[in-house]
This record gives sequence, structure tokens and C-alpha cells, in this order.
Amino acid sequence: MFGNIVSFLSSGENIAFFIFALMAIGGAIFMISFNKVVHMVLALALTFISMAGLYVVLNAEFVAFVQILIYAGAISILMIFGIMMTKHQGEEEEPKRPVHNVLLFIGAAAMFGVLFYCIQNSTLPAGEFKAAEDNTLEIGKLLFSAHVIPFELMSVLLTVAFIGAIVIAKREED
Amino acid sequence: MGVGLATPYLTLAAILFCIGLYGALAKKSAIIVLLSIELMLNAVNLNLVAFSKLGVQPNLTGQIFSLFNITIAAAEVAVGIAILITLYRIKGTTDVNEMDSLKR
Repeated sequence: MFGNIVSFLSSGENIAFFIFALMAIGGAIFMISFNKVVHMVLALALTFISMAGLYVVLNAEFVAFVQILIYAGAISILMIFGIMMTKHQGEEEEPKRPVHNVLLFIGAAAMFGVLFYCIQNSTLPAGEFKAAEDNTLEIGKLLFSAHVIPFELMSVLLTVAFIGAIVIAKREED
Repeated sequence: MGVGLATPYLTLAAILFCIGLYGALAKKSAIIVLLSIELMLNAVNLNLVAFSKLGVQPNLTGQIFSLFNITIAAAEVAVGIAILITLYRIKGTTDVNEMDSLKR
């Protein structure tokens, strides 16, 4: 068991994985345990940034920077705007549903147990990986050749979603 | 037993997914519920990117799929925040326990 861990930590890539994974899990746990809403958003921003680090470890530089731009930038700021526009009483009071929370914790832990068991018992053969010379260039080529229809659909979906968001949130004058 | 380089990534994604699941169902503030859903989507993205490097047939399609996923997440959170603001304007609360108009 421990020999595995020592050999796992002997390469630099795995050390980077370990640090980023620790930061990601730490941010998520802090998100659960903090009391103030703004602190929760900031803790989750830490998780998002360390996920970007994990993507760099996985040779996915473009996805990593998109992750930082969209999640750590846009979505965190959008959440903070949401907090600003609605009134929060500073901190969450005591949960009024202890039974609910305990059952939920048991359920989530059981789900993790099932997932962990499956992951540990499955053989995942790794293929031959050769890193693309220019990750962004290759992604761009694929997006505009093989995946062009989903790409266009995605732009339509974004337009529809943002127009819908504006229409929903617009103050009605009457 | 767990051979394969992708196992640590899959385990991390499972941990993050379960934390997100707990947060989405236990928290009272609707904004935190939305954030927890984002966390779950992020865990899925991590799986996709991990398999795009460490899967049986490594190629870039996993990364492209995760880009689509990020786009969907952005659209979802924009609509979610808009609904939240409207609901706050109508009911004056962001507590998910009080969003039960359809139950009555």
C-alpha cells in the first residue's frame, strides 16, 4: 500500500497531480463547510483553478485556459453578482433538517463507495499517447472539420440561452 | 486490481462528484446549489480530459467534448442566475426550501 504511494510520488507529473488534487478536494470541502456564501464561491474558485492545473498535467492546455477564463473568471463573477443582487443574511443558520443531512451524507458516501469499487476493479488499458505539437491548432482543426455541426449548434444554444436569461431577468414595467 | 494510469484521475473525479452531489442536495442557498452543480460538471470534464490522454485510443475528441460541456455549463448558469434573480424579486428569498410553489 505505502510502497505504491512512494513509487507513485517518485515522478514529477504525479507530484503535480497530487498537489492539484489536494487543492481541488480542499476547495470543495471548504465550499461545503464555510458559512458565508462569498467564501464558498471563493473556495470553489480555488477548485476550478486547480482543475485547470490538472488539465495542464494532462497535456490539455487549451481546455485549461478555457477553464480559467470561463469558470474561474466568468462563472465565479456571475455567482458573486447573483449574491450581490439577492440578499443573504450573511451566514447560513443551523440546518433544520438533521435527518435529511445525515441520510444525504450516507447516500453520497455510498455512491462514492460504489464508484470507487468500480474504478478499482476495472482494468483501464492506456493507449499510445503522443502529445500534439500545438494543442490549440489541432483542436481548432477538429472543431471546424469533424465537429462543425455541434459547434454551430452550440453557438445557437448560447444565443438562445443568453437571450432567454435577459428576457427572464428583465424587470417588467407596470 | 486497479491497473491503468487513469485510476487516480477517475478517483479524484468521483470524490469531486460526490462532494458536489452532497452540496447540491444539502445546501440552502440556491446560488450554492448552482455552484455545486458546476462542481459535478467539472468532475465529468476531468474524466473526459483524462480519457483523452490515458484512454484506450487517446485523441483530442475528449477535449473537444469537454469544451462543449463547459459551454453548456455556462449557458445553464446564466439561465439559473436569471431565474434566481426573478424568483428573488417575486418571493424575496433565495432559500431553496421556500421554493415550493408547485407543491401547494
